Amino acid sequence: MTAFGKLVRSTAFRLTLVYLVVFAFYAAALIAYFALNTGRLITEQITETVDTELTYLSAQYTGGGLRRLVLIIESRSLRPGSSLYLITAPTGQALAGNVGSLAPGVLDSTGWSETVYRRLDEQEIAEHSALARVVQLSGGFRLLVGRDLEERVRMRSIITAAARGSVALVVVLGLAGGFFVTRRVLKRFDAVTETTQKIMAGDLSGRLPVTGIGDELDRLALNLNAMLERIEALMRGLKEVSDNIAHDLKTPLTRLRNRSEAALRTARSEADYREALESMLDESDGLIRTFDALLMIARAESGQARDNMIVFDAGDVVRGVCELYEPLAEEKGLAIKVETAEPAMIKGNRELLSQAIANLVDNALKYATPAQGAPAEIVLAARREAERVLLTVADRGPGIAEAERARAVERFVRLPQNMSEPGSGLGLSLAAAVAVLHGGELKLEDNAPGLKVVIALPRHADL
Amino acid sequence: MAPDNSLDFPATRVQHTPMRLLIIEDDRDAADYLVKAFREVGHVADWAPDGEDGLALALDGAYDVMIVDRMLPKLDGLSVISALRAKSVETPVLILSALGQVDDRVKGLRAGGDDYLPKPYSFSELLARAEVLARRRGGRGEETSYKVGDLELDRLSHSVKRGTTEIDLQPREFRLLEYLMKHAGQVVTRTMLLENVWDYHFDPQTNVIDVHISRLRSKIDKGFAQPLLHTIRGAGYMIRDGVR
Repeated sequence: MTAFGKLVRSTAFRLTLVYLVVFAFYAAALIAYFALNTGRLITEQITETVDTELTYLSAQYTGGGLRRLVLIIESRSLRPGSSLYLITAPTGQALAGNVGSLAPGVLDSTGWSETVYRRLDEQEIAEHSALARVVQLSGGFRLLVGRDLEERVRMRSIITAAARGSVALVVVLGLAGGFFVTRRVLKRFDAVTETTQKIMAGDLSGRLPVTGIGDELDRLALNLNAMLERIEALMRGLKEVSDNIAHDLKTPLTRLRNRSEAALRTARSEADYREALESMLDESDGLIRTFDALLMIARAESGQARDNMIVFDAGDVVRGVCELYEPLAEEKGLAIKVETAEPAMIKGNRELLSQAIANLVDNALKYATPAQGAPAEIVLAARREAERVLLTVADRGPGIAEAERARAVERFVRLPQNMSEPGSGLGLSLAAAVAVLHGGELKLEDNAPGLKVVIALPRHADL
Repeated sequence: MAPDNSLDFPATRVQHTPMRLLIIEDDRDAADYLVKAFREVGHVADWAPDGEDGLALALDGAYDVMIVDRMLPKLDGLSVISALRAKSVETPVLILSALGQVDDRVKGLRAGGDDYLPKPYSFSELLARAEVLARRRGGRGEETSYKVGDLELDRLSHSVKRGTTEIDLQPREFRLLEYLMKHAGQVVTRTMLLENVWDYHFDPQTNVIDVHISRLRSKIDKGFAQPLLHTIRGAGYMIRDGVR
């Protein structure tokens, strides 16, 4: 598309055209209204003048007779710029006045008429138009008084010329202004288009130009830039996570591969093969679990699960998980109990939160064999604290040294003392991700002795 | 675990009536595997490679259960189910999906699916769920009491009796037994128990269900000659009268 074509097809230019038509029409209408009223005013003035003269002349005729009327008319006729006068006898013969010729039939009837005429004193044949009134005088005489309409005609032509001129001016100025504005707007849009094309081509660091005027285009650009900023951050995060996942899933995959290789190399009997296959099945189940946990973490971190949040008592979640794990804890010689006093309402995803608490309890059962002399118990709680709800899982095991706490929450991190137990190293990460999803945080604290995991969530108003 | 109530699955199933299954799955390998596996245990399975074929087959044939993949060529799984339900075809549908999240499950069930199993799945889990769905179709709905051998559960009075002995159960144990007895003679997996008795859809890392079962077992089977609650190796649990 040529630059001109682009300009003409732009929204700004089309808008300009629409406005132009509207304004030209408006100007024309205004002038037409003006012309009409001016014309009417002139006509009114003429009729008034004519009426006044006729009243005066009729009075003179009534008072002084035909002679006096003729004398007055003759003297008036000689004045420059005078009205038109004509007195006719009952025979139709002109007795006095300054009218040379009239359109035929004007004198036949009384009243107003518009007519062409020629003055007596004029040499040229040019005819003018006039507005005249004829009255019947007593004795069969008729008197015509009229005024030239030249003024009205001249006025009309002046207004017409003015109308043409101003409409032309509106069109020219409008088009010029439109081109100017459109080109300016187009230039800014072109800059935006260029940047977006660069971004689409893969350069996420591109940002839209902001002029600093603070107009609507600037505001749009600022918002789009903020959006791009967020997208870039998300993409960076995604890349980091997928790199980590790729790295960390290779470990169990390698193990799986090694086992099948070893089985192929060393297995002798069907029982050997069977055993190898079963262990590989276990390994792949573990891999699937890891995958599920990773997906769940990713989902919690991306905030997708926020759609299904409902308001419920966090105490119910804690009690539910406690009830699920109670027989297992008993089997391991541990008491598991819940300490909840009052309802602790939160808004969240019940399933995810249950899973988070379950992971914490699971960890406590696996890793927190009570130290000698410590009470063999795991205490769950859901407490209100100011504007927060604290969900805690506290054990009496060896705890985690302060220096190691931050690392323990990271994905796939398994503390050296726990390596003997099976696990993916994702349980605590998931619980932390769930806490963040709910607008809260997960903290590891000293239970003196033991570990106390606290999930602090924003409290929801009681129902 | 006592050896007398451990059984292999599916070799010792008590499913006498073979099911007619329709599998709508675009992955040929996965479909072949399923068709063969179902045949091995005595069921009849048809296969449709895409949504349109699947819908046509489902409308024609009388199937006991359908297994539908969510992502299918031509017509996706949920649309197939909606179309079937719109035509009042009430064949139970089990949805298979690579999308295992809770929301996806809810979407699947809302579209008219009856059960939902995320991929990758184990065949024993799929078989157990399909058989439960097929049986549900057979008209066995909610009853006010269940009886297996000399074990009786009354849902109205919340009481359980073995022979003449009253058995005292915790509320959750009662619901666990209720679910097992409702599906007496059928294999019930740990996941099914977790979903239906506890309403949890996640996988607790440690097998907490086993401990609940052994508690229940100690209450209903301990001291009786004939064990009723059986562990099915590699699959789950089943309650039934006698080993045939």
